Amino acid sequence: MKGYIEIDQELCKGCQICLTFCTKAVIALHSKVNAAGYVPVAFNKDGNCNGCGVCAIVCPEVAIEVYRE
Amino acid sequence: MKVVYSRPKSLKRRPFHYCPGCGHSIVHRVMCELIDEMNLQERIVGIPPPGCSVFAYYYFDVDMVESAHGRGAAVATGFKRAYPEAIVFTYQGDGDLAAIGTAETIHAANRGEKITAIFINNAVYGMTGGQMAPTTLENQMTTTTPYGRDPKIEGYPIRISEMLALLKGAVYIERTAVNSPAHIQRTKRAIRKALQTQIDGLGFSMVEVLSPCPTNWRMTPIESWQWIDKVMSKEFPLGVIKDITGAKDAD
Amino acid sequence: MNGNSAIGEAAIRAGCQCYFGYPITPQNELIEYMAKYLSRRKGCCFIQAESEISAINMVYGASVAGVRAMTSSSSPGISLKQEGISYLAACELPAVIVNMSRGGPGLGGISAAQSDYFQATRGGGHGDYRTIVLAPSSVQELADFTHRAFELADKYLIPVIILGDGMLGQMMEPVEFKHEAPEELPVRSRALRGAKGRPSRFIKTFTSNPAELEEINWSLFRRYQLIKKEETTHETFMVEDARLIVVSFGIAARIAKGAIKNARANGMKVGMLRPITLWPFPSEKLQELAKTTKHFLVFEMNMGQMLEDVQLALGDKGEIAFYGRPGGVISTPSEVFRVIARLYYQNGLDAKK
Repeated sequence: MKGYIEIDQELCKGCQICLTFCTKAVIALHSKVNAAGYVPVAFNKDGNCNGCGVCAIVCPEVAIEVYRE
Repeated sequence: MKVVYSRPKSLKRRPFHYCPGCGHSIVHRVMCELIDEMNLQERIVGIPPPGCSVFAYYYFDVDMVESAHGRGAAVATGFKRAYPEAIVFTYQGDGDLAAIGTAETIHAANRGEKITAIFINNAVYGMTGGQMAPTTLENQMTTTTPYGRDPKIEGYPIRISEMLALLKGAVYIERTAVNSPAHIQRTKRAIRKALQTQIDGLGFSMVEVLSPCPTNWRMTPIESWQWIDKVMSKEFPLGVIKDITGAKDAD
Repeated sequence: MNGNSAIGEAAIRAGCQCYFGYPITPQNELIEYMAKYLSRRKGCCFIQAESEISAINMVYGASVAGVRAMTSSSSPGISLKQEGISYLAACELPAVIVNMSRGGPGLGGISAAQSDYFQATRGGGHGDYRTIVLAPSSVQELADFTHRAFELADKYLIPVIILGDGMLGQMMEPVEFKHEAPEELPVRSRALRGAKGRPSRFIKTFTSNPAELEEINWSLFRRYQLIKKEETTHETFMVEDARLIVVSFGIAARIAKGAIKNARANGMKVGMLRPITLWPFPSEKLQELAKTTKHFLVFEMNMGQMLEDVQLALGDKGEIAFYGRPGGVISTPSEVFRVIARLYYQNGLDAKK
């Protein structure tokens, strides 16, 4: 199963809960600061995301949309 | 590619003002998913409290009415008795429901008012800057227990859910948390059941949600989510506290 | 019937759908009447709440749902309701609140008093707001004003207080009910009942923007100006040639009327202005009377509350005397007559013009 997520980096508050729960290590801290002053997370689309959706379930900001093949 | 997860329709497109890692955001989203799934958007009325979630009406795309501090259960009672067709929920913090609102909460439950209370327990008074709550743990530091909560002076944390379970009018009470995917899904199932209890006209339902408050606990979001497992849920055990609805667990 | 029960019957006939209250002397006949006669009516709801605070918040909830709702209490319980009344006023929600006043402060007494005038007419709770205050002085007026209260509340989207007292509540007098209970209970337009077929709405009083709150206050006060213009009500009694005018409300006005009749029988030219709406206060009528009458006697069962509104209205345009008895002591007409007579003769009001 191949998955893909989209993170709205302006909504993200950098709480890092998603990357704590991600089992495929496809989420990491971004290198920039967003307009609100937070360091958001970013998705590694070359990784092994399987579209499990756990990141979206734990994201408080509803900043993640999850897609699956 | 098919969409596995996206924003619920009844959650307005507006950035949350809540802190990073706050449980309110999770519960708001989960409730809006339920409002979509259970087709309640036109029928449900919510009663947010004074507190961090005073602005709940900026997020829930449903009719909402502000309540005075602690009086949510009374406002819900008056509303539901006047217009029983609506589905009414209160959304309250630990001070609102278990300090200033104790009488209203107990008596609404005792009368078996057909309302649903969503009780967000973060063991502290969030909006006002982190003072002691009825649910603050023993030895927990807050701005009004700077030496740690001392039961000899400040009493012990209150398990209001267990207290309410003693009342015949309360038919469904569960305590959940929103600090992990499994717990979040369980919270959603519990709130679904609580709303269904009201739809079926069975009596008072309540879900107590242990909710992280990184800012006032002086922790990072991840630490606060872990603290609920390590410490808070030892004082407030998760699980169904009372269920006399006779209905199967909504799954 | 007794005054308290008359309020209940009038409320039912006005289409009151919800009553939430708590027992307190001297208005228990009202809550009991509603328990007996409202609770079983179709679509209606009676709850004896756990406190006066809960009761006013239940009224708030029912009013949001668009139904006619009321609560009642006596002085200490009305103190408890003040936050709720402030919220009702802020949210522009109609409601009827009955205060059968008793002596205060504190737990006070159970006998009739008029010491809640300030509480009733100055908002009572926190913030800049007003409630309409009606002051009946007979069981018939308790019934008539109850009906009027619901109409005014719905018309102006404002809480309305009926300021009675323990004596009016307990009195038994003949009463005629001029309205039948409606077949269908009214539902206020723009009630909040779930976002069916329209965008969701919310009712709130909090704003973090002072400019927004300022405009809310101005808007409320524009409505209060309209109410002042349209609804100020009073009764005059024998004022046409009066050289001394007694100003009294409620049960005190009943007592004063007896004293004035006696004074007239003794050749004194005395009259009475009885404010019926305490808010809005009939200042203009008072100022008009002051053009021809120079002496006023404010008689009320308190330490001087309406007195201040009389002073505010008249300034130095009249000689204002005061006679008051607090604590639930009820004056007799002859006692008030003696006060009137002493004032009349001391000021030389018996001199031929």
